[in-house]
Amino acid sequence: MRDRLPGSQLIPLVTGAGLFALVTRAILSLPGESAGLSVRVTETAAENGISNVVTAVLLDFRGYDTLLEIAVLMLVTVAVFSLRETTMSPTPLSERPGPVLGALTRTVIPVMLLVAGHFVWIGSSRPGGAFQAGAVIGAAGILLALSGYSRPKWVGPRAISWVLSIGLLVFVGVAVYPVLLGEELLQYPAESRKALILVIEALLTLSIGASLVSLFIASASPRVQGDRE
Amino acid sequence: MMLAFDVLLAALLVWIAFGSLSELKLFKSVVMFVVFGLFMALAWVRLGAPDVALAEAAIGAGVTGALMLDAVGHMRERQQPYPASATEQGTPDA
Amino acid sequence: MSSHLVYALVGGLLFSIGTYGLIVRPHMIHKIISTNFMGSGVFLVLIGLGNRTPSGVPDPVPQAMVLTGIVVTVALTALSLAIAKRYFSLTGRGDISEHREERVG
Repeated sequence: MRDRLPGSQLIPLVTGAGLFALVTRAILSLPGESAGLSVRVTETAAENGISNVVTAVLLDFRGYDTLLEIAVLMLVTVAVFSLRETTMSPTPLSERPGPVLGALTRTVIPVMLLVAGHFVWIGSSRPGGAFQAGAVIGAAGILLALSGYSRPKWVGPRAISWVLSIGLLVFVGVAVYPVLLGEELLQYPAESRKALILVIEALLTLSIGASLVSLFIASASPRVQGDRE
Repeated sequence: MMLAFDVLLAALLVWIAFGSLSELKLFKSVVMFVVFGLFMALAWVRLGAPDVALAEAAIGAGVTGALMLDAVGHMRERQQPYPASATEQGTPDA
Repeated sequence: MSSHLVYALVGGLLFSIGTYGLIVRPHMIHKIISTNFMGSGVFLVLIGLGNRTPSGVPDPVPQAMVLTGIVVTVALTALSLAIAKRYFSLTGRGDISEHREERVG
């Protein structure tokens, strides 16, 4: 912050301080206690079979927001793919990681996948859910990429595209299907609500995990992509 | 008593954020940012949002940190524009 | 002053620190980090104010919004970093300040 003219430091300072003052005044002017929507949500969620109220809000009450959010994530993945400088070609198997790193990843990656599966399953009653599980899968993929494991040859671009889009496609299908029957958008049928939400969450986990890994690998420097010359 | 802990954690968050933005080295800024993400996860737990804490720790600190470190490394290796063909002679530590 | 109010106020402070850093720091990665701080500040305000329930159970709607916000933030960060890396590859500069009038490429 030293290469600036001395006078031009004043405007950002005033802007920052002014914003802070405004936000503080807004926060302090709100009532000290406000129930919000928590009461209503807790009552309705319990009778739907999902006791984790955050998951209920995410996938049941505000499912439309989640749908759009997944669409945003997919759009950004496509955009990052389009900014690639080199093509992603799998490196030969001679580029294996060293002994310590290899042993570490062989121990940690299966545990991470187990944790991700646990989050998806337990997300309906305890803290967890699709996003957390997808994030753990994404982290596992990034760890594999950084350890030097390359993409196996049988995982082609079509397989990657399918895994990336399956979550959004199924979610859109489940959302639009009631409209075709004359009901509202994203109106789950009452008896299969919990099962439908679990299926959507599992596929969303796959898509989110694959998307996070793709975001990392597609924008990584050629050393990670395996483009050695 | 927990109010003292909350005040300390909140002050720590501000201190880390300010430290991250006043650093001159990119690598140090990114490392402070990852640390900030982990302490945010603590703050979410204190605010009664365990789902958000899990997501912040994994996504905010983990994936974003990996992305940024990769970007910093990319911007350090090449001090000149990317050559059209990587097999050019004299490419620095490609 | 209750503890969630402390977090909400600190969220506002983080937002203003992020804004200051966004304006002042010339390097692209510093600007991206500043944007993330602004986002985190907003999330703190949202969940901090969502803890004002009289029953003590936090309001789940802001938590769901923040969860969505975190995922959107990482997507935004990934795209910004990809653009920044591409810009660096094309021009060799990460500093987008106007004061450095060097020849491009």
